[in-house]
Amino acid sequence: MELTAQRLKGRVAFVSGGLRGIGLACAVRFLAEGAEVVLSDLDAEDSDTARATMEQLGQPASYICANVAREEDWARAAALVQERHGKCHVLVNNAGTDLTGPVEEITLESWRRIMSINVDGVFLGTKHFVPMMAACGGEFRGGASIINVSSIMGLVGMNEVSAYNASKGAVRLFTKGIAIEFAQKKMPIRANSLHPGFVETPLLKAGFQRWVDQGFAEKPDDLVAGVVGATPIGRLAQPDELAAAAFFLASEDSSYMTGAELVIDGGWTAQ
Amino acid sequence: MSKRLEGKVALVTGGTTGIGAATVARLSAEGAKVWFTGSKEEAAAALMAETGAVFRKHRVQDASAWGPLIDELLATEGRLDIAFANAGTESGDASIEDVSIEGWDGVVAVNQTGVMLTVQHAIKAMKRNPGGPAGSIIINSSMNATRPLGNYVTYSVTKAAVCALAKSAAVHCGQRGYRIRVNAILPGVVETPLIQQIMNAQPDPAAARAMYEGMAPLGRMAQLNEVAGLVAYLSSDEAGFISGAEYAIDGATTAGMMGV
Repeated sequence: MELTAQRLKGRVAFVSGGLRGIGLACAVRFLAEGAEVVLSDLDAEDSDTARATMEQLGQPASYICANVAREEDWARAAALVQERHGKCHVLVNNAGTDLTGPVEEITLESWRRIMSINVDGVFLGTKHFVPMMAACGGEFRGGASIINVSSIMGLVGMNEVSAYNASKGAVRLFTKGIAIEFAQKKMPIRANSLHPGFVETPLLKAGFQRWVDQGFAEKPDDLVAGVVGATPIGRLAQPDELAAAAFFLASEDSSYMTGAELVIDGGWTAQ
Repeated sequence: MSKRLEGKVALVTGGTTGIGAATVARLSAEGAKVWFTGSKEEAAAALMAETGAVFRKHRVQDASAWGPLIDELLATEGRLDIAFANAGTESGDASIEDVSIEGWDGVVAVNQTGVMLTVQHAIKAMKRNPGGPAGSIIINSSMNATRPLGNYVTYSVTKAAVCALAKSAAVHCGQRGYRIRVNAILPGVVETPLIQQIMNAQPDPAAARAMYEGMAPLGRMAQLNEVAGLVAYLSSDEAGFISGAEYAIDGATTAGMMGV
């Protein structure tokens, strides 16, 4: 058995929402494992954030400004990866947003917005990258790997989280559907979903700040303390712990895993 | 990365053959010092020679032998970081109509009581680790925990029971402030020596193989080292936020319907 240090050598990976949080951690980990990585996010290509992040990541990483909710952006992203690398072995559909509030106050516009990012984004990414991944997946044991970032909120409901619940639940079952589809058609692509609990990311901080603004708590730290107290492991997750799971799913070690859901929540949903 | 388990001590039950033996090899290859238990001494000797792991003859359901085993392990290695509750059986099992009380009790003893004792004693040992209570416990359940077999009622029921056991133990350890994680894995059909034996004993072994391979949308059985790869990941510190989880490794068998 060969357990090399750089276990994604020769692979190309695409990560949406790659400039921060879990997406950025995935990019860092994949690069450390020897992969070539292309990231997308909403920030302009010449923005300070994009430039600084790409400088920090170094070669062989590249960035494309793309909105996951827009099909033409996905077509452009896939064409760029095709042109630059000629192949793609790993797709992390990570970009996502949140929405909270009483169901009777959710506007149809905001409902459609979260669905367009969290659900359309995963569908469109899969649709546009599958041909490339099917063509090169046979190069490695276990084939190409699609990793869809759902949430524990795609498994269980939560007060005033209905729209996010619905969007992440859709990602969970979309993943199982494509996993069976690819397997039955003998396409060398696996598909699995990640279900993070509460992860210390910019999205979590923004969400907690919004809850503070809405009067749910006095300060974000109170919400963090509440979450930590309700998590058996007793802390928030760090983004690199989700990246470790994404790396596992990208690597040959998970070659028999497809259609599975990997819950990474410190025991939250076990209670 | 290649030696992610360096400095860790592991215990694997049912380690002499199949998934257990593959896991002994994998954890050893990643740098762990591995102790394994079982009853097949000849197979154990070969595995010890191959991996440098330590074998002790022990039946998981033998409650009184657990204390001495753990004491010896701790006296020798000084710590326990990983426990893989792998030993299992379907011997004597049958359908709900046909199962005998002896058959039921025998499978419950190994698959359920044996796993409970493994987890209980692993926690006791891990609590005594030099840096404080810490470790990773992995229970080998089965996809039949969620998709029960009509002809193996006890097997199916015990595999479901140990998923609840994993969650209960995970929540308990968290509430007590132990850094001990407990998770279950749910393999599909794995090409174990037992399955190979069953296939080869059929009048048409090729047809039997095709039947087993066709159970998973992926169109093949899991190989032993693929299950060991998942156990190695859950054993490592990289999985530090994973506890109380059930990970299917079944080539999409339980992901849904295969359709037509």
